[in-house]
Amino acid sequence: MDIDLITQVLFAAIKTGTPLLFIALGEAICEKTGVLNLGQEGMMLMGAVVGFMAAYGTGNAGFGLLGAMIIGMVMSLIFGFLVLHLGANQVATGLALTIFGTGLSAFIGSGVVGQTITGFQPLSIPVLSDIPVLGKVLFSHDVMVYLAVLLAIIIAFVANKTRLGLTIKAVGENPNAANAIGIKVLRVRYLAVMFGGAMAGLGGAYMSLVYTPMWVENMTAGRGWIALALVVFASWRIGNIVLGAYLFGLASIMHLVLQGMGWSISPNLLAMLPYVATIIVMVIISADKYKEKLLAPRSLGKPFDPRQMA
Amino acid sequence: MIQVQARTEPSTLMTFASPFLAIVLTLIFGSLLFTALDKDPLQALHVLLILPLSDAYNISEMLVKMGPLLLCAVGLALCYRANMWNIGAEGQLLAGALGGSAVALMFIDSNSALAMPLTLLGGILSGMAWAGIATFLKVKFNSNLILTTIMLNYIALYLLIWAVHGPLRDPEGFGFPESALFSDATLLPVLSDSGRVHLGVAFAIVSALFAWFLLSKTHLGFKIRVYGADEPAAIYAGYNSKAISWFVMLFAGALAGLAGVSEVAGPIGQLTPNVSPGYGYSAIIVAYLGRLHPAGAIVAAIFLAILYMGGDLAQIEMGIPIAVVGMFQGILLFFLLACDFFIRYRIVPYREKMA
Repeated sequence: MDIDLITQVLFAAIKTGTPLLFIALGEAICEKTGVLNLGQEGMMLMGAVVGFMAAYGTGNAGFGLLGAMIIGMVMSLIFGFLVLHLGANQVATGLALTIFGTGLSAFIGSGVVGQTITGFQPLSIPVLSDIPVLGKVLFSHDVMVYLAVLLAIIIAFVANKTRLGLTIKAVGENPNAANAIGIKVLRVRYLAVMFGGAMAGLGGAYMSLVYTPMWVENMTAGRGWIALALVVFASWRIGNIVLGAYLFGLASIMHLVLQGMGWSISPNLLAMLPYVATIIVMVIISADKYKEKLLAPRSLGKPFDPRQMA
Repeated sequence: MIQVQARTEPSTLMTFASPFLAIVLTLIFGSLLFTALDKDPLQALHVLLILPLSDAYNISEMLVKMGPLLLCAVGLALCYRANMWNIGAEGQLLAGALGGSAVALMFIDSNSALAMPLTLLGGILSGMAWAGIATFLKVKFNSNLILTTIMLNYIALYLLIWAVHGPLRDPEGFGFPESALFSDATLLPVLSDSGRVHLGVAFAIVSALFAWFLLSKTHLGFKIRVYGADEPAAIYAGYNSKAISWFVMLFAGALAGLAGVSEVAGPIGQLTPNVSPGYGYSAIIVAYLGRLHPAGAIVAAIFLAILYMGGDLAQIEMGIPIAVVGMFQGILLFFLLACDFFIRYRIVPYREKMA
């Protein structure tokens, strides 16, 4: 492998990992408060289509991002109302959100299939982008790649170093105790769910504004689900999520690498790689039952009902 | 004023009323949506719900769609009762279609009486194998079943696409990604004079009745129900949780595989990349709408089949995108989950608390 190919591959791995990073960061916060939202794929698709339509309509990709975040939050509120207010099963409600988002996005997006827009242009950071190899790999991306990293740093700081982070942890580990010391458990969870929605919207918008850039039905191809798995692999740690997202980005583009190296394997078989990789990593990580139990937020997936608190 | 109050025990009435209430709410919501889209809501509802039942041909097409939905949903209902979150009916269905096709293509020039049964067996075993992978990873390595089954859905889809582009492609098919047409000896017999209702639809009804019997009349069914309702109690009673997990998963895989092979050896007649319009995912809704009961699944599968059929007709008659079907399914599940709130809670007139 020559150095040019390696540069291209690493550059593409970061690009491909970025949507996963957005979604996994949002879902990690959501899960830290004890809420498992399996609707990522649906929210992501809605973010992708609404982001695309907003950018297409206004000619401004910035409005696309805004629209994607708003629709992600609206979608997550449906989920939040059902699981937080009505105590509905989180698994079933998340699946409903994915089914709904898949259908609705295809429905409203049928008019803009095949249209193109100018997405975000690469933003080369002066001086740094001139460094050989590293300059191209790390410092010549579009603005959203940097935004994702910036958000990861902020989230890691908030989660680990601030009072808010402690509140989030308390709600996720022991909602009854959190409630007893006066934390509004449902409010914290609502906000976390909405944050997750906005991040999933951004992840979707990255697909339709930058990565492709266009709208195709079901264009996220399971990335929402892979991001959910990523949160588990990363043991809910933000640093691990960043690393994991880029590694999965690399796994997702391995087929291009193998083809570049002259391997003649069917592209359809190679397309399975990210999903197979997800299963393999999941098996390795979760084989240790006790470790996962120790690391997962204690109240994950369990409803909290203030009505039953006397 | 009113207030919400927890019921002392779950309401049986609401358990049965909730799916119907959810359907009514979905239809009201749908009418508003069609009005907003400048489509006549009454015409749209007519096309979606009445037209699919308007003549013998449409009814038979509806039943053809009901078959795979019901087969998948019956298996899922059993899984969910045993707390096995199997989202993989779609992949198991595709694996069944693929495995069954591989067998069917061996009988391409044959009129052997074994062709059809062996094809079905190939589909069933492939579905079981696909479900078995996820079960093995769950039982042995504690892997998250939701995520492994979802990943296996995508893998099965790419495997199928690879097969129709490669080893199973019709050598005389001008390069189209399709297998050769199956021989007549392989195809499932059609049960009605008009239309395409095939043996697979009968399998679906029989499987639902069998699962009903299994759940309500056998010791194994009792164990499944106890395990799902109160896992610690089941473990205390000495039930083998691994055996129960294996059983429900392989049962679901077998039925989903049967659904897949019944599609390729039934109405389609060959392996194509578009075996399923998402039956395996819709079956999740069928299972829930049917209250995780095989008998309920029959009613729910008919309703969703009508919706599928109506979606096709609405696209032809009114230019409404077919995606509306998926959207309605999601909304239906939302309303169902919301209505289920009243199984556990009731609304009563507000009374001041006694001091």
